[in-house]
Amino acid sequence: MSLIWTSILMPVVGAALVAIASPRLSKWISLLATLGSLAALALFAFEFPAWNNGQHHPLEPGSAWLAAAGIRLSVGFDTVSLLLALLTAFLMPLCIIGSFTAVTERVREYYGWFLLLGASIILAFAARDAILFYVGYEFTLVPMTILIGVYGGTERRIAAVKMFVYTFLGSMFMLAAIIYVAWEQRVSSGAWSFDIDALTATAVRLPASAQYWLFASLMIGFAVKVPLFPLHTWLPLAHDQAPTAGSVILASAMLKLGTYGNYRFALPMAPAGGAELMVVVAVLSIIAIIYASLICWVQTDAKKLIAYSSVAHLGLCMLGLFALNPVGAEGAVFYMVNHGLSTGALFLCIGMFYERYHTKDTDVLGGLAKKMPVWASFMVLFTFASIGLPGLNGFIGEFLCLGGTFIAEHDGQSGYPGLLGPRFAVIAGLGLIMAAMYLLILLGKIVWGPLREPHHDAAHDHSTAHSSLPRDLSAREILVLTPLAIACIWLGVQPQPMLKAIEPCATRMLANYPDEVRRLKEREALAVSEDAVSPGVVSASTAGGVP
Amino acid sequence: MDSIGPRLTLLAPEILLFAAAVVAAVLGLSRRHAVRAFLPIFTCLALIAALVMMPLTWTEPRAVEAQLVLPMLGAFIKPLLAGVGILLVLVSAGSVDRGYEAAVARGRTIFDPQRVVAGEFHAFFLFSLIGAMLLCSATDLIWIFLAVELVSLPTYIMVAVGGSSRRSGEAAIKYFFLGALSTAVFLYGFALIYGSTGSLELQGIQTALAAQAAGSGIDAMALAGLILAVLGFCFKITAVPMHFYAPDVYEGAPTHVTAFLAFVPKVAGFVVLAVLLACVGWTGHSLVDGDGVRVPYAGLPTPLTAVLWMVAVLTMTLGNVAALLQSSVKRMLAYSSIAHSGYLVIGLLSGGVGIEAISFYLLTYGVMTTASFAALAALERRGEEVNEMNDLAGLRQKQPVMAWMLAVSAASLVGLPPFLGFFGKVYLFVAAFEADQFALVVIAVINSAISALYYLRLATVPLVAPPSARSEEVTLVPSRWPWVAAVVAGVGTVLLPGFVNALVESAEVTSRDITTVTTKLPAGASSADQAKASAAASLSSTASERP
Repeated sequence: MSLIWTSILMPVVGAALVAIASPRLSKWISLLATLGSLAALALFAFEFPAWNNGQHHPLEPGSAWLAAAGIRLSVGFDTVSLLLALLTAFLMPLCIIGSFTAVTERVREYYGWFLLLGASIILAFAARDAILFYVGYEFTLVPMTILIGVYGGTERRIAAVKMFVYTFLGSMFMLAAIIYVAWEQRVSSGAWSFDIDALTATAVRLPASAQYWLFASLMIGFAVKVPLFPLHTWLPLAHDQAPTAGSVILASAMLKLGTYGNYRFALPMAPAGGAELMVVVAVLSIIAIIYASLICWVQTDAKKLIAYSSVAHLGLCMLGLFALNPVGAEGAVFYMVNHGLSTGALFLCIGMFYERYHTKDTDVLGGLAKKMPVWASFMVLFTFASIGLPGLNGFIGEFLCLGGTFIAEHDGQSGYPGLLGPRFAVIAGLGLIMAAMYLLILLGKIVWGPLREPHHDAAHDHSTAHSSLPRDLSAREILVLTPLAIACIWLGVQPQPMLKAIEPCATRMLANYPDEVRRLKEREALAVSEDAVSPGVVSASTAGGVP
Repeated sequence: MDSIGPRLTLLAPEILLFAAAVVAAVLGLSRRHAVRAFLPIFTCLALIAALVMMPLTWTEPRAVEAQLVLPMLGAFIKPLLAGVGILLVLVSAGSVDRGYEAAVARGRTIFDPQRVVAGEFHAFFLFSLIGAMLLCSATDLIWIFLAVELVSLPTYIMVAVGGSSRRSGEAAIKYFFLGALSTAVFLYGFALIYGSTGSLELQGIQTALAAQAAGSGIDAMALAGLILAVLGFCFKITAVPMHFYAPDVYEGAPTHVTAFLAFVPKVAGFVVLAVLLACVGWTGHSLVDGDGVRVPYAGLPTPLTAVLWMVAVLTMTLGNVAALLQSSVKRMLAYSSIAHSGYLVIGLLSGGVGIEAISFYLLTYGVMTTASFAALAALERRGEEVNEMNDLAGLRQKQPVMAWMLAVSAASLVGLPPFLGFFGKVYLFVAAFEADQFALVVIAVINSAISALYYLRLATVPLVAPPSARSEEVTLVPSRWPWVAAVVAGVGTVLLPGFVNALVESAEVTSRDITTVTTKLPAGASSADQAKASAAASLSSTASERP
């Protein structure tokens, strides 16, 4: 069995073992399973021959699952999906270690579902068959709904249902779009296939109007997952209610399925639709950045604040992706990985003080640097990474996304004409300044300043129920945060190898775009000139209109 | 008649089951308790024997020789009926005569053969199944009429005698009167079809309709007859506008009979609709376009398409929206069953793939809906049926297996991958694209998302919610067979996707000998496609020249 399947199936086997093991043993089994999965994936990455050519590996089709419909168990990675899968596999054991004390009841189920969640995310990244992707993509909902619904906060039921229904509606549109392309492919070639490359080859040949709708349907599915304004309302609630480890995986890996879906499906499959709708998506992304930043500014719940900052950050990531040039796309992919690292770490940090104080309210809690210096150092580091301080990982991605947007001008010199340009970059940059402000305010409140602790029963809790937890971080908690800190610093100092590996994938994804955008511009220029001739006619040439 | 020999061979399983039904009716009167308790097992054995006979007797040359319109439909549907029938027998085992048998066992009363109904119940159970199987080998309208009545009449009685509650009597009366009304409607339709074509034989009707279609189009009388017949059979498949009885009857009938009603009459209805529409054919019709030019049109004649389209949309939307509002589990499942009929009707709109999709979907629907009803039938509260959603709250703590089976069947009913229901839905979407019904796909997608809300309740209330005062009293029924049936069906929804290839291949035979035209052809497309293509081209050209 290949290393990829090993890394997917290790957690599944782990989940099966956890189901029959004793609760005490279950955490060690799941830790082993996730470490095994990470090791298999790391081994695969070590031998990965396609780091620098943007191809998939392995390329041979998998065995048939549903031969009649051409559905195959094909798995393989290109650089982007491998990086995201590695990120997932890297975070899984950390989350498991981080949950050792947080979860006290229904322990076996917790670890079982958590393992299945990891497996299905890795499956979605690894899949080279659209239906297999969909299985992984959609199945993530089951464990996540249960993790939130059982182990979440007081509003957990609503949060779980809202997350499920929003995402399910979106992904049904996506499924319909995938089946539509597969059907077109069957009609043109005579045989069913759900191979993503074959589907892409078919989809780019469709007429522009079909591509428009195809892009829109795929986009609905992925926009819910990203989440893009105005479909983001499920996310803050889900984050707020989810247990810490659930939040980490949700922010770091599950949301990346949305941006990855754009990279893998929506953009390459429907270039005509993508070019037509890029401005719409860019505007929505910018609204998300500004709107979420403003909410963060007045947010007193630390976890919700990070959740909204996630919405803003992923808005920036989408903006970079939809700049439709390699700089922006590279930045977006790089940012996906780094957002996963820094935001995941921030959720872990918040979970750690929540376990001690049972509150996330920044009005009643503050000045923790005095009591928890080690925790405070980590918190500051990850916040700076999230703000995008030069030298840390967040900076590179943000800078490239903004840069890509900036140069995506009407007459771009890079060979990649775009429609965004400095206007968009400036407004998005404003959002980043706001991000720095609200995150620094958060730091100012809970890390620095005079020590404030909740005075009611929390102190009592602190001394009795959680006497097992030391005042500052335990060795176990430091063990969880250290790898993340190392990764954040290392990628901030040494981004070049990774960026170089992403570049061929980015250019490959954008292969059809220069022509499409040029065609779109010519059409608009024509419309504008006709407008000048007949001024009586109301201009209908808003970009993004129905063709 | 020369085709009598092959027909009799085709009917061998039905003949066997008929004999078994007669024996069952006698066995039920035995004074010995062991013999009466043996009844469900005897019925199962008869069904297994029939199941074994089916592939031996139903061969393609024989079916063609018997002059069937859809020769291989029975090759899939009959084993499906027998297989799910075995599960349904298990669901009902121990429920019929339960109070009386308990009294006899405790010596409270002396056994009186006139007061037991188990014998009749099992005989009628088999009769109804036989009726549905006979429909597969129908060759004329009278045969269809008689077989449909053979399906229906026993079910009226089963609703009345299957349980002891008052409400089942009310349900039986309602079911009977509305059933009689629907029979009148489709008989009127049959009369009109006969009036127009001059034939009762299905193949004669097929020839006559083909001649009409080749001439000036199918005449109004035949179309009116077909539409009335379709509407009449909407009763059997619980589709709008004949769905009104379903919630009341499903709720009032004992749960094990509800499981039967949700499957067998529905299969019968879809078999009849498939056969009737196959007489019309999915090709060779023509459509008058805007310029008065006749273009050959792949698909049913426009009025039939319009009727089926409306039935599909109204049925699935009404079913899903109404299911949202229910607090009774059985009513909710009744509306869910209505919604699934709406999805299934989509398959009727396209020929070959549609019939395959319906056959396969009926399989998935049979397994998952039986799982949910069997789990309900396995539970009781103070000797009463479990009906309120509240009864199931926190079921996981006391009856973990049944709670899981409910959750699994809900996940499958909503169409979550990788459960069985997902594949059924994919197949139906393919059929919808084949019939060029893009709007229907979008409506079905939105409906699936609505259905997620209430199926999620069915999954999370037993698993996640805290137990209520009512649910504390929920216990298993004395008979273990419903429990077994729920586990078998529930595990089936999880494991059958592994064998989905074989299942789809066997469903594919059902569309043999249907002449269909793929609506789009790759090269040298039919003139309809060229017309469509030129329309699309003119559309896009106007778009580009748009002021």
